[in-house]
Amino acid sequence: MLAAHPNWRASRVNQRLLAAARTLADGNLQLDVQDLYANYPDYAIDVAAEQARMEAADLLVLVHPIQWYSMPALQKLWFDEVLTYGWAFGAVSAETEEAAPTGAPGTALRGKALWLVVTTGGQEDSYHPESYNRYPFDAFLPPYAQTAALCGMHFLPPLVLHGAHSAGKQEVLDHIDLFRQRLQTYPHWTTR
Amino acid sequence: MEHAPSWLINSFIYLSAAVIAVPLSKALGLGSIIGYLAAGIAIGPWGLGLVTEVQDILHFAEFGVVLMLFLIGLELEPKRLWSLRRPIFGWGTAQVVGCAVVILLGAMAAGVPWRIALVAALGLALSSTAIALQVFGERNLLPTRSGQAGFSILLFQDVAAIPILALIPLLGSISEQNEALGYTAQALQALKTVAVIAGIVLGGRLLLRPLFRWIARSKTPEIFTAASLLLVVGIASLMLSVGLSMALGAFLAGVLLAESEYRRELETDIEPFKGLLLGLFFIAVGMSVDFGVLRQSPGLMALIVAGFLLAKLLVIYAIAKCMGVPFQERPVFTVLLAQGGEFAFVVFQTATAAHIFSNQTSSLLIGSVAVSMLVSPMLLLAIDKLLLPRLAQRGGNQLEEIAEQQEAPIIIAGFGRYGQIVGRTLQAQGLHATVLDHDADMVEAIRQFGFRVFYGDATRLDLLRLSGAATAKILVVAVDDKVQSLKIVDIAREHFPNLEIVARARDVPHWNELRDRGVLRVERELFESSLRSARSVLEILGYPPHEARQQAMRFRQHNFALFEQMYPHRKDRAKFIAVATEGRQQLEEQMAQERAQQALRRPKGWGK
Repeated sequence: MLAAHPNWRASRVNQRLLAAARTLADGNLQLDVQDLYANYPDYAIDVAAEQARMEAADLLVLVHPIQWYSMPALQKLWFDEVLTYGWAFGAVSAETEEAAPTGAPGTALRGKALWLVVTTGGQEDSYHPESYNRYPFDAFLPPYAQTAALCGMHFLPPLVLHGAHSAGKQEVLDHIDLFRQRLQTYPHWTTR
Repeated sequence: MEHAPSWLINSFIYLSAAVIAVPLSKALGLGSIIGYLAAGIAIGPWGLGLVTEVQDILHFAEFGVVLMLFLIGLELEPKRLWSLRRPIFGWGTAQVVGCAVVILLGAMAAGVPWRIALVAALGLALSSTAIALQVFGERNLLPTRSGQAGFSILLFQDVAAIPILALIPLLGSISEQNEALGYTAQALQALKTVAVIAGIVLGGRLLLRPLFRWIARSKTPEIFTAASLLLVVGIASLMLSVGLSMALGAFLAGVLLAESEYRRELETDIEPFKGLLLGLFFIAVGMSVDFGVLRQSPGLMALIVAGFLLAKLLVIYAIAKCMGVPFQERPVFTVLLAQGGEFAFVVFQTATAAHIFSNQTSSLLIGSVAVSMLVSPMLLLAIDKLLLPRLAQRGGNQLEEIAEQQEAPIIIAGFGRYGQIVGRTLQAQGLHATVLDHDADMVEAIRQFGFRVFYGDATRLDLLRLSGAATAKILVVAVDDKVQSLKIVDIAREHFPNLEIVARARDVPHWNELRDRGVLRVERELFESSLRSARSVLEILGYPPHEARQQAMRFRQHNFALFEQMYPHRKDRAKFIAVATEGRQQLEEQMAQERAQQALRRPKGWGK
């Protein structure tokens, strides 16, 4: 799980998600929790270590607030630097358009899953043609989905909490609970 | 019962005198040297009379001074020595000549014949390197302005003792010995001198290192120690055989070895011998105080001591002012250099041998020097108790030590170039820190910028406590002196385990030693700024700034990892180097591989 928040001290929901994940990781769930902004405050990502970490995992969970209709800068940098050509993608040869066999260069992430757990500042109804965000929220997801697709990963249905700043206390707690429950029951919830 | 040999009994007497007197004197706040002197007086002919052959002991114990100069030499790389040439020769000359002239004029005014007055003045102008350096060290003054100034002057004195000793036979009215030798013999003597010094310099450069390497390879530590001692003894006797100062020879040898990789080992091997022999030296000095002369003419002796101390105090205070020694450090500096020194004993003995001095004069002068050595620790005590608190209180502009308990959560020890950046960053965040610095000039300068900085030595437990170390959260150790840095860390670890330590490391060994003490947040002082410079170079070579940054950060990461890998092997030099070399090769290979891969990727990449 990669959590990315450039300003944890201002976070209400994401930091609770992170804390919940940490508790699970300390228990018997095999969960590798990485706080990107804490571990790479200078934006100097250790690519080799991150790739090794990914190779050991089945599921990549991205936990972050949606910023400018996308991910925080360091999370994007992580994608730029860790998902290298010949490692995460590039398995499909340009000439033949044929997929390479598993284990060939560019197939490191093949078969793994990507699960997006995000919060937005805007309310759900602000993601509407008549409102200031002008597009439904799903319209901002293709970059994630396509990233997963190019790497041969399954893109799981995202877990989204809208209006994170103003959500009621109970709503936040329920959200955290759902997140925890999903992590605990993976991979079975995906198939249900 | 069989009689124990006399050397055994004597050793027993010396050691027990030292073991009793030194801790006692320390407990009284008088310092170790006065303890040794007192021990000497107690067992000497005028005390309990347990030991009588004072001269023999003095000769043997002079070796302590020789070893000390060897160690001083080891600390001084030729480069640093060269950079100190101005204070050494400029201010050193000013001190010796200034003091000698004033004493000479005073003595001649009192009706002393000029020859006696001249030799006495020259001898009395010298100070005790052994005492002064030890006190500077005990007070952590060596890195300060006064410490550096004092060191330069003392070094010059040690060198100046040689021409002074050479001058005495010339002054001696009975110089038939020299004339009997004839000019050829004299020229031969000069040639021998030059040859010996040249031999030491050349030998030190070319032979010593391979020799030590060969000895070190035998992996017999005691033989290495023996070789270290042999080196010093050998050079000392070589110098003596051509009539030069043993101490100077040892100093020279030390300087020659200062750059060698065996410096630390030599230091640790010789250090214990130095301490004990120096102690013996002071015991011998204590024994040689002739209380008979003192009893005969106590007034005259008091007059001599007071006279030459006063003359030296005045001259040295003036020099300290001109050299820019800070106001607060001047009293200690002046007193330390004003007392008579061990070379005076040698000078006076030579003068007696050359028939310039009568035995009476010689005893009187030697007694005066010894008394001045006894008086100066008391003067220092008086300065500490009476003068310095008053200096600190006088006027709002004076440097304040911490008077009342501080409570800031952060303490910064050392507010030089490094500590200031830390402190100012915190200040910009509205965080308060208690800042300590022991460089009076620095404190004064920083005050003018509106910072509240306390003048004080962070290696002092009471000051740390007053700074709030018991309640604070973080201690930033930003002092630039390694020894002090480690000392502060040790004190903090022992007495304030609650403190998180953020430390500045000067170099890799220092980094390792901080790690050994469990300090995790250590920064090498030049590392990050050097990386910036590396980025600049890459940029000038045409790397886009961002890529330059990326490469620098990657190197940084690799370097950190390598450090952790090397740390366990810090004691095994060969392995340490092997790991470092291997790490560097790995990085180079990895980077080359990546460049190749990138070149491959560029034509294909994202677009199909």
